[in-house]
Amino acid sequence: MFAAARLPKRLPNVGRVPAVARTISTTPCRRSDALFVHRDTPYNNPKIPFQFSAENVKRADEIISHYPPQYKKAAVIPLLDLAQRQNKGWTSISVMNYVAKYLEMPPMRVYEVATFYTMFNREPIGENFVQVCTTTPCMLNGAYEILDTVCQHLGGIKPGETTKDGKFTVIEVECQGACSNAPMLVVGDDFYEDLTPSTTKKILDAFSKGEKPKPGPQSSRKTSENSAGLTALASEPYGPGVHCVEEFR
Amino acid sequence: MLKAARVSRPIRAQSRRTFATVQDPPVRRYGGLKDQDRIFQNAYCRHDHGLKGAQSRGDWHRTKDIILKGDSWIIQQIKDSGLRGRGGAGFPSGLKWSFMNKPGWEKDPRPRYLVVNADEGEPGTCKDREIMRGDPHKLVEGCLIAGRAMNATAAYIYIRGEFYQEASHVQQAINEAYKAGLIGKDACGSGYGFDVYLHRGAGAYICGEETALIESLEGKQGKPRLKPPFPADVGLFGCPTTVANVETVAVAPTICRRGAPWFAGFGRKRNEGTKMFCISGHVNNPCVVEEEMSIPLKDLIEKHCGGVRGGWDNLLGIIPGGSSVPILPKNMCEEVLMDFDSLKDAQSGLGTGAVIVMDKSTDVVGAIARFSHFYKHESCGQCTPCREGTTWMMNMMDRLAEGRGHEREIDMLLELTKQVEGRTICALGDAAAWPIQGLMRHFRPEVEKRIASFRAEHGPVMFGGRLRNQTDPTLAIPDNLGGNLPV
Repeated sequence: MFAAARLPKRLPNVGRVPAVARTISTTPCRRSDALFVHRDTPYNNPKIPFQFSAENVKRADEIISHYPPQYKKAAVIPLLDLAQRQNKGWTSISVMNYVAKYLEMPPMRVYEVATFYTMFNREPIGENFVQVCTTTPCMLNGAYEILDTVCQHLGGIKPGETTKDGKFTVIEVECQGACSNAPMLVVGDDFYEDLTPSTTKKILDAFSKGEKPKPGPQSSRKTSENSAGLTALASEPYGPGVHCVEEFR
Repeated sequence: MLKAARVSRPIRAQSRRTFATVQDPPVRRYGGLKDQDRIFQNAYCRHDHGLKGAQSRGDWHRTKDIILKGDSWIIQQIKDSGLRGRGGAGFPSGLKWSFMNKPGWEKDPRPRYLVVNADEGEPGTCKDREIMRGDPHKLVEGCLIAGRAMNATAAYIYIRGEFYQEASHVQQAINEAYKAGLIGKDACGSGYGFDVYLHRGAGAYICGEETALIESLEGKQGKPRLKPPFPADVGLFGCPTTVANVETVAVAPTICRRGAPWFAGFGRKRNEGTKMFCISGHVNNPCVVEEEMSIPLKDLIEKHCGGVRGGWDNLLGIIPGGSSVPILPKNMCEEVLMDFDSLKDAQSGLGTGAVIVMDKSTDVVGAIARFSHFYKHESCGQCTPCREGTTWMMNMMDRLAEGRGHEREIDMLLELTKQVEGRTICALGDAAAWPIQGLMRHFRPEVEKRIASFRAEHGPVMFGGRLRNQTDPTLAIPDNLGGNLPV
């Protein structure tokens, strides 16, 4: 304290800094894929009101009832998801604050959760949220080609960007768990699998017209069976009690 | 015994056996599971996934009787069946479930939980998805039976957030089961009270680790906890908990109904049962299929996937168990059986049974480098070796994929993986290290070739990837930057 107070008096005695221009070596700051810090902006600040609609209040209370009463905060992920859906697909600071109040937990605990999980978008997204999987199993089947197709077809945007008309946001995501149906992309909640560049364009065109194409594999198969004819489960399923041991027939 | 041998002596005089010989037991070929032995009859969603359809396929058939048999009977059945956890580690399930019933557990007033790990995120794995959208009732019934075995009061199914359709099918199954009185206060009329809840995650691979999953379920960041205390003592909400994979739980009712010997009849010893395999990558017809354990890897691909693209000779390597197990080169792929022990002997692992096939056109270093990106993205950041190590591994793998490096950096990278492996709370650090170790074990010449050709084109490379000819020649470059090293 005292030293700090005395310091300014001493400083002038140090003498003038020589006027040699020394460049300071800097390294570029490393950005994570999303900024963890919140900065108030006109579209995202705590003054923007948010609250659940009557329907969502009912849903939220139903979700909270799944957990022990003293562990209400266990519902934070489902509730954030619910609130994000109501808030046009992104989690603003007011959404987080509202969820914190709703669950009677410190807002910081909600911020922690919202920044940890990748499904919470802390920036606004377009109407259709296109997520292209590029992890190895998809990559082996040409996922980067699909990603390039998507980006070019939407007017040359880069992954992470939104189109100018606000209709599409494209991001590159890690494995979505549909590897036997690679390559795939997700629009909103729906998986579009077994893609080729042409079917990808078709899907995007349908979405830009406001239609919703049929989710699932875009090839001839229905789910993840062998596309050249069933090699398993071709016969009718067995009924109750069949093949069971004596006492459970 | 001796007497009997003497009695038979006159007969032996007639036979022409001169030397004692040991006859080889007949070689058993595994694989070729019949449809009648497949547990997940609706894996391809060709039938109704609702309660009515499920009951017509034999789900919920006399579940009450199984529950009334009691906990030790169910656990004994699972132990006898030889079922090992299907989530990757392969721990014997019956043993794991029995940890919940320690002597004197009845005096513990705390609630007890079964948590089902449906956070399927391992690259290559897509088996639980087919179970949950095709046979959700098998999972719900499995929750009840596994829950009864460990005397649990409730089950939480933690499903990854991206699985929207799957979550809605499971939720539908739960609602139907409640309505029909199959679960709830008086499950199946047995007097046993059991609840099943669905909890959706929000996109974090690390939440597939059991303690991270528990943390996430409690509404926190999914950062793994130290063990001990093990979840069976202090788990979800501080109560005894067991975390089990979807497939492990969902096969339990069928094992109880069809008998442990039936299930134990498949596969080699200590690797019994059937298993969902998901094959992706460069095969003609990738698919998810339930097969017998110990099926030869080659048979699995030839039989169910129409073979490798361009024929078996076009094969470069196979990752047999999802992203976190080491890759196998072609000659090993011909021999290995798809079970825990055989793949372990081949210095790889069965993992989740996710087979990723790569043909000769693959940039194998790039493919493994992509895994390093994945692990860098998914590391939770709790333990320093993993948080920093995954980033380093990613950077080095990216350079090696291009060839921008030194041969000695391969050893440096291997040493780095050894430093990460086993020094973290959970296995994500190990999982990030193993694919790289596998790559260097089998494909090191390929990496060296790239380094050599990059050097031939661009001249010497310094540590960290800068080219020597990009440096300022007016400055003295220290030797320890590696610019003057021959290789």
